[in-house]
Amino acid sequence: MNIDDIKREFPIFDDKIQNNDLVYLDSANSSQKPRIVVDRIYDFYTKEFSNVGRSVHYLAVAATNLYEQTRVSVQKYINAKDKDEIVFTKGATEAINLVANTFGQKYLSEGDEVLLTELEHHSNYVPWHFLRKAKNIKIEFAEINDNGEVTLEDIEKKITNKTKIISVSHLSNVTGAILPIKEIVQLAHSKNIPVLIDGCQGAPHLKLDMQDIDCDFYAISGHKMYGPTGIGILYAKKKWLEDLPPYQGGGGMINEVKKEGITYGELPNKYEAGTMATAQVIAFNESIKFMEKIGIQNIEKHEKELLDYGLEKLRKNNSVNIIGNPKEKGGVISFTIEGVHPHDIATILDEDGVAIRAGHHCCQILHDKLNLPATARASFGVYNTKDDIDKLDEAINKCKKIFNL
Amino acid sequence: MDLKDLYQEIILDHGKNPRNLGKFDNYNKDAKGNNPLCGDNVHVYLRLNENKKVEDIAFEGHGCAISMASASIMTDMVRGKEEKEVKEIVTDFLGMIKEKESLETNILKDDEKTKLMSLSGVKQYPMRVKCATLSWHTLTSALDNSDQIVKTED
Repeated sequence: MNIDDIKREFPIFDDKIQNNDLVYLDSANSSQKPRIVVDRIYDFYTKEFSNVGRSVHYLAVAATNLYEQTRVSVQKYINAKDKDEIVFTKGATEAINLVANTFGQKYLSEGDEVLLTELEHHSNYVPWHFLRKAKNIKIEFAEINDNGEVTLEDIEKKITNKTKIISVSHLSNVTGAILPIKEIVQLAHSKNIPVLIDGCQGAPHLKLDMQDIDCDFYAISGHKMYGPTGIGILYAKKKWLEDLPPYQGGGGMINEVKKEGITYGELPNKYEAGTMATAQVIAFNESIKFMEKIGIQNIEKHEKELLDYGLEKLRKNNSVNIIGNPKEKGGVISFTIEGVHPHDIATILDEDGVAIRAGHHCCQILHDKLNLPATARASFGVYNTKDDIDKLDEAINKCKKIFNL
Repeated sequence: MDLKDLYQEIILDHGKNPRNLGKFDNYNKDAKGNNPLCGDNVHVYLRLNENKKVEDIAFEGHGCAISMASASIMTDMVRGKEEKEVKEIVTDFLGMIKEKESLETNILKDDEKTKLMSLSGVKQYPMRVKCATLSWHTLTSALDNSDQIVKTED
């Protein structure tokens, strides 16, 4: 695959940003969008717009079909058994909230335990904290080891007979650690514990096969997969979607509404109340096609090359400390520079068009554990090149110069 | 935009070697502040005597060069001032960081104003303004005996 050709598909790289060629190293936060996705939103609004699933006129039927086509594309892309196992949400955050809320309502009571890891993003902790407040459940955290990874043994240690659900990241957005999710699911299922995988960082970078992983729930963020903001996906095994109560109430999710009572709609409508992010869902189909065209294996290979090159380069740069050293690692390099706060690093890098993220990356538990208030993070997407990493390295040197290091 | 405006020598100096960093025993007012976006935090301690004068002031915390330098310069500047003078300086500083061209208060000497103006470079970096203002909001909170932890505003 030719990265220059791929990069040309992203309009953001056409023009200078603040007089610089953009070196975008913040894809773990959100990826840039290919033209085909942006155009699809424009075309839908200008030529095809209607609400879905309600009216019977031509545009409504056509829009409904397009909307449902994305569901089928996603089903195939992640190899889910049934298209009804794909629920559209406003993001991965909502997907996790949906599970925490509905599973919590039905299956969690005082003293029950939810097992997370110290790597989790706030979006896979705060929704469970709500249950801790409302129902007095307990939250346990599987610990990270010195490499910044969580192993199967680390998970096993924290499972008790009170553990009712395990919810873990597929790929850490800070250390880049890839968790052994298939093994975690096998272990959990041997003890009859369901598993939710936070796939925000997994889905854009790794091959997904829901039937092989066998997890009960998998949360996906659309905007990290070269798709629009405002769309996420909850994959859930059909038995759970049939069993759990609805999450939000409103139009579209009902079967029959009477003064005396209400019955709810069939899957997947049961979990899609109100007007959904129609244009974004339809455009997300183009993101899936874009990734399929390149091939996830090629994306993985390219990002692994960038990672290896980046790690080698930054390790040679004095005063740069790389956070974590997991054996299985995705395209994320978090680092600190002795004597320069990550925010100052980010501001100085930005001056040369190098866009990274600085802060706790919504992982305060992890940063507390590492005893670091903040880190700087460079993360890769399919459009990045080795040249981007060279520019990162140069900008880091400039940073050291300003701070007289 | 010019990085040299932001990272002036005085900022780098105070950022690297913050004055008044730490905690002293006989403080009678304190407040905490944090920046939820980045996790930076500051804890301001001060001792106000019976004449409402700031006898001593110090801070604990961690943050970027801008936030550490700002807290360092601030604590230097308000020591020995009366409470109402401190409040005037705080208002003047926050006004300058947000919109005003210069500092207007007569309480500060010209060289003190020059020192404070070294922080004015953040105006060109909207995302960094809160780094410069966190300790100042926290100082106000300490003076007002507020139990609320200060959070940086947009």
